[in-house]
Amino acid sequence: MPLLPIILWTDALIFLLLAAIAGFVWYVRRHEHLRAPWWRVAQTPAAMSALVVLAVFIIVGLLDSVHFRLALPAAPGTQTDRTAGRNVAYAVDVKSVLDLLLASIADRPERTYSAPLATHAYAKEMVERPGTGGGPGTQIRDYPRLKYGGAHLRDPQRDRQADVLLTGFRGVALAIPLWLLVSIMLVAACTSAEQLASRAFWHALWSGKTEVPWRAILITLALLLLLVLPVALLSRHYHVLGTDKVGLDVLYLSLKSVRTALVIGTLTTLVMLPFSVLLGIMAGYLRGVVDDIIQYFYTTLSSIPGVLLIAAGVLVLQVYIETHPDLFPTSAQRADFRLLWLCIILGITSWTGLCRLLRGETLKLRELEYVQAAQAFGVSQWRIMSRHILPNVMHIVLIAVVMDFSGLVLAEAVLSYVGVGVDPSMISFGTMINAARLEMGREPMVWWSLASAFVFMLALVLAANLFADAVRDAFDPRVRVGIRKLRFARAEA
Amino acid sequence: MSALLDIRDLKTWLDSSGGTVRAIDGISFEVARGETFAIVGESGCGKSMTALSVLRLLPEAGQVVGGSVLLGDEDLLRLPEASMRGVRGRRIAMIFQEPATSLNPVMTVGRQIAEVLERHTALRGAAMRKRMLELLQAVGIPDPLRRLDEYSFQLSGGMKQRVMIAVALAAEPDLLIADEPTTALDVTIQAQVLDLLSGLQRDSGMAILLITHDLGVVARMAHKVAVMYAGQIIEVATREQFFRTPRHPYSRKLFEALPGSERRGGELAVIRGQVPPLTTDFRGCRFADRCDSAWERCHAEVPGFSSGGDEGHGVRCHLYDDAQTRTREQASPTPEPVVDERSDAVQPAQQGAALLSVQGLKVHFAIRKGLFKRTVGQVRAVDGMSFDIAAGRTLALVGESGCGKTTAGKAILQLIRPSAGSVKFDGEELTRLRGRALRERRADFQLIFQDPYSSLNPRMRVTDILSEGMQALGVADTVAAREARMDRMLAQVGLNTEAKLRYPHEFSGGQRQRIAIARALAVAPKLIVCDEPTSALDVSVQAQILNLLKQLQRDLKLGYLFITHNIAVVEYLAHEVAVMYLGRIVERGTVDAVLRTPRHPYTQALLSAVPTLEPAGERAVIRLRGELPSPANPPSGCHFHPRCPQAMDECKLDYPAAIRIGENHEVNCLLYRPQAG
Amino acid sequence: MSAYIVRRAIYAVFILIGVNLITFALFFKVNTPDDMARLQLGVKYVTPEAIAKWKAERGYDKPLLYDGTATGRHKFTDTIYFEKSVEMFRFNFGRADDGRDIAYEISTRMWPSLALAVPVFLVGMLLQITFALMMAFFRATYIDFWGVVLCVVMMSISGLFYIIGGQYLISKLWNLVPISGYAGGFDALKFLALPVAVGVIGGIGSGARWYRTIFLEEVGKDYVRTARAKGLSEVVVFFRHILRNALIPILTGAVVAIPLLFMGSLIAESFFGIPGLGSYTIEAIQSQDFAVVRSMVFIGSALYILGLLLTDISYTLVDPRVRFE
Repeated sequence: MPLLPIILWTDALIFLLLAAIAGFVWYVRRHEHLRAPWWRVAQTPAAMSALVVLAVFIIVGLLDSVHFRLALPAAPGTQTDRTAGRNVAYAVDVKSVLDLLLASIADRPERTYSAPLATHAYAKEMVERPGTGGGPGTQIRDYPRLKYGGAHLRDPQRDRQADVLLTGFRGVALAIPLWLLVSIMLVAACTSAEQLASRAFWHALWSGKTEVPWRAILITLALLLLLVLPVALLSRHYHVLGTDKVGLDVLYLSLKSVRTALVIGTLTTLVMLPFSVLLGIMAGYLRGVVDDIIQYFYTTLSSIPGVLLIAAGVLVLQVYIETHPDLFPTSAQRADFRLLWLCIILGITSWTGLCRLLRGETLKLRELEYVQAAQAFGVSQWRIMSRHILPNVMHIVLIAVVMDFSGLVLAEAVLSYVGVGVDPSMISFGTMINAARLEMGREPMVWWSLASAFVFMLALVLAANLFADAVRDAFDPRVRVGIRKLRFARAEA
Repeated sequence: MSALLDIRDLKTWLDSSGGTVRAIDGISFEVARGETFAIVGESGCGKSMTALSVLRLLPEAGQVVGGSVLLGDEDLLRLPEASMRGVRGRRIAMIFQEPATSLNPVMTVGRQIAEVLERHTALRGAAMRKRMLELLQAVGIPDPLRRLDEYSFQLSGGMKQRVMIAVALAAEPDLLIADEPTTALDVTIQAQVLDLLSGLQRDSGMAILLITHDLGVVARMAHKVAVMYAGQIIEVATREQFFRTPRHPYSRKLFEALPGSERRGGELAVIRGQVPPLTTDFRGCRFADRCDSAWERCHAEVPGFSSGGDEGHGVRCHLYDDAQTRTREQASPTPEPVVDERSDAVQPAQQGAALLSVQGLKVHFAIRKGLFKRTVGQVRAVDGMSFDIAAGRTLALVGESGCGKTTAGKAILQLIRPSAGSVKFDGEELTRLRGRALRERRADFQLIFQDPYSSLNPRMRVTDILSEGMQALGVADTVAAREARMDRMLAQVGLNTEAKLRYPHEFSGGQRQRIAIARALAVAPKLIVCDEPTSALDVSVQAQILNLLKQLQRDLKLGYLFITHNIAVVEYLAHEVAVMYLGRIVERGTVDAVLRTPRHPYTQALLSAVPTLEPAGERAVIRLRGELPSPANPPSGCHFHPRCPQAMDECKLDYPAAIRIGENHEVNCLLYRPQAG
Repeated sequence: MSAYIVRRAIYAVFILIGVNLITFALFFKVNTPDDMARLQLGVKYVTPEAIAKWKAERGYDKPLLYDGTATGRHKFTDTIYFEKSVEMFRFNFGRADDGRDIAYEISTRMWPSLALAVPVFLVGMLLQITFALMMAFFRATYIDFWGVVLCVVMMSISGLFYIIGGQYLISKLWNLVPISGYAGGFDALKFLALPVAVGVIGGIGSGARWYRTIFLEEVGKDYVRTARAKGLSEVVVFFRHILRNALIPILTGAVVAIPLLFMGSLIAESFFGIPGLGSYTIEAIQSQDFAVVRSMVFIGSALYILGLLLTDISYTLVDPRVRFE
């Protein structure tokens, strides 16, 4: 076995979530009244563009969620007469598929800071200058060449710009045919499914008149390809976003941060959802003492300042990890457990809002006549709650889930900055910002870590927000206000 | 007489997800000074849109796309918005259906009236306040000085509508648009408000554009009537013409669909099908698909609007295009109601053993107040009522909102546990049943609700809705048996079995109500409590549901407890009536006895307040003072005495006992006590 | 109505007791004093004696809830629960790890926190409402559309970046105000200007968008149509009718945050070096000073509960519907 699969806790939950989403999609497809609002989401250009971007992030996150330990190459001199495979030693560090894909940039650490696309380090150091004619070298302070960044260039001063431009151009050249291919496949698929003339479909597509906003989707895709492919090509020889203090590639760090953000944004909700839904509906439907207890419970919990509760929780966890080292053989497992714990505590601090919302809605629903009709049939309370109340509050749950996501991603950064977020060894936007904030003071400033974290976070959170907005508009039409042009103006004349 | 408001070929379209809705598709009419012009029609016909188009207050999705609205010589549709604001409130004012939501909740009544005066008149300060008091007095609000500084939520529904009227009248408009002004009000309050409106019109000479679905209100108020159907006016006539000889087949059907005593025993006329969606491109008459008199031409050619010889009585119908068809029409007079011989074979005398017997039923809710939520009083929602219902019979429970009739229905079904009294069903005491024993009994008594939109779970398919009760009550044990029973139930209520796999939102209001009836029938009940089952429905749909209920009673020997405020429905459907006032029954007896010879002063007032199709002035309306007192603090003695026109001193002392004044007729009133004592 | 307020106040006390019990459980039961000692001493120095000494120094060597060895009321008062948790109700928070009195620290650090939080709250609310009002007034036009887009973009940026960006632009690039630090008196102004501006800008996106939906919900109500039917201009309709109704949920919703202003802002204070309660909390968390964290949890909860109470009261003041109930 060349590798030993490792399923971290969060991996398992992510795939559980994936399965749940798949089941949900299957369920929605079969129910017309659920499909209708999703169809409205699918018709929103902003939401679909955001979905394309989100999909890229999700793919990165999923690739980063398949973990294993690589087998170490048999050390020379060890006995080889034993059966192969029985005694394979595995590397201590846990890798993911993403790590393998990014091996070219992950495994090329520099010594310290270097600027994006640089060929030389960021600060002067004493470098050996080989003496002329085999004489003794002199030591001077200069910017040293990077070990990997632009190492293929003979004269970086002269060649770098041309090389970067050329590589970038190759990326663009690759992106265009790829995009065209995707577009043609799309049109073929759509026209064959709907029996349309492809010319008419092209026309509708480019004038933005298709029901699904394919134009917006394709434009987003084009922009993404134009961005990703040149970067991918460049990253083979350069640190496209520079390196950090210990010489790690910032692009690699940013991509690794994506999984952390996604885990926090999704698993937290997953953890809290059963509690808030169950308790909220119970409080609203059963009322009386049950309601009083649940209300007391969530008022008490929500009155403890969130950050402090999380801090207390994380301190508790630290003690636990330190007293049970045997449970966490690798640092990755330790960091992962802390991540899961963080999700749980964040969930505990954030379930009360949804719970209160559901209680209020249930109070309204329980007075509705179909609930009374069920009561008149002697239907049991649990059955009324699960069949009559729950399906009718699901849209609120859904809106809460998508709206919470971006907030949680942002919260992770703040918490990690405070020191009660993810494990310091875990790569996340928060740890990136935390590490980079001291670099602000350096002269000249090291800006690329912050800038990368900023751009990646903005892209992720903005996409999530735009998507969430569309979902909310589709499921809660009260607040829907679109731009309404005077479409009937012609009729007057 | 020159027209005050002259609407020509008005077209208003709405933008909806389903396409462009032609909510108003070319309507024309004139409103003269000082007259009341009524637009009548069923929901969705475009009558409210007409009002909002005139004032240019359409919702954001709507737009007037053609035509003109002349107020005097001015086309309102061409005025700049700033000048239009000078028209609103000043020359045309409007009152709305829901007085509760139409007033600003955080502004005092006085401020809301002052706003209009400040905007449109030169009155300020003390003069303005004086005018405000005058206005409140004019609309009949007692103690106006105090009311000026109150908020709308402190007023009752009728008072709120009076305030709305005062706001509308403040700047002495030439035209008042009243959009269903009394639909949200009780009949006695409705009578007050309608009186107020016609009185104000008499005094000020303003014109009223009255929008309503209620032909009774039209008969009482209107000088001229326009009937709207699917975005068009299909008939315009004076009130006399319209009520004597309605000409359009749709108008005639509307009359025939009205329940009432004269149609008892017969079936109500129904209009088959549904109003076509207004997104359609109409090629023929919009009513053709539902019309009994339609022929090919009706489907192929859009009928024009013609007076058909009778001056001032226009109809949009091919029947009146030329003399030939007119004779054909005249040959077929309004059909007489078909009297069904079989029905009503059960006459009052034949009353069998009681299926349901209610004795001294009380439902009190505690009022908790203060620091420790101590009980400081009781809301006596139902305060001792007794009656019986036999199998196959209908008892109508009549009363105004807040009288406790819905609570009584729920208490009988044990959905609310009664505070006292006994409810015997088939001889078994329900109030003592608990848990499983009660659940097993639940199949015997079921309930049908008022609102067909909230009575079906939108997330469940019809098959799940129908099978839920059967499963819970173990009516049909196997899936196959349930399926079979479901099919039978759907057929019984006149729905296709295909309906099973669909969701409630795919059905119209009437169809939903049929599903709700099928759901109740599925568990084979003996008694059904019908809580205002038709009050949310249009007249033509109401007729279908009433027919269905009547037929089911005949076929299945169902007993009905029919809770309603609609006297016409009672006349049509019920065998016995109990009139409720403030938690108690004040009069009880057979329909004929109570409705023909009402004895209790409240019953008399209630019946006289119901608008009927007879022209106004032929019947005296007994006006009630004030409004329904709070059931938390009912008046001493007879609850009705503070409002009773015939109250005596003794009425304040004790609640009068039931007095038998005939076979099957009891009344709780001292006027009828035996003269001996 | 006063009975209602009194009842809510009694309820608030019960909530506070609940919080007290939860924090006690969290800090002494789940995470025992021994664990704290181990964490604080560091792995290398953990010996039973060191732990005992550490606990004795801080008064953690007593029984948790009940002291069987003591007599009389000391059976209950001579315990960790009484000394560390019950005492908090008397604002006696004990000493921090550096030996300073926590109550004193709080009373001095509260003022810089307020100096930052109050202007952020007031100016922020004002700007958010103004911005929301503008979008709602021009609803369904491009002003509204792009306003919402701007809000969504602004709320998609982490608060950390507003601070970092602000510090970089204003202090470093333009050298307008000091990058961080604090001073008393009027000097505070120049230290506070940037943090206040950053705090306000950082909150506009989500706040304005949220208030916009509140305004829009009011716009659709029936009484607005009545107001228009009176012939009032759109501006009057908006400011006299819609604004007044929409401000009820907005203001009462904001009231709950007012007492929490005392707690200051964790991030901004530590970034800008303002010696308030926020930075105090962060330092305590980072140095794992349990006594301080516990105290801040208690105070924070107490302030939040006070906020809930104030919300109830403000409803009765602002909303006539509640006032006359």
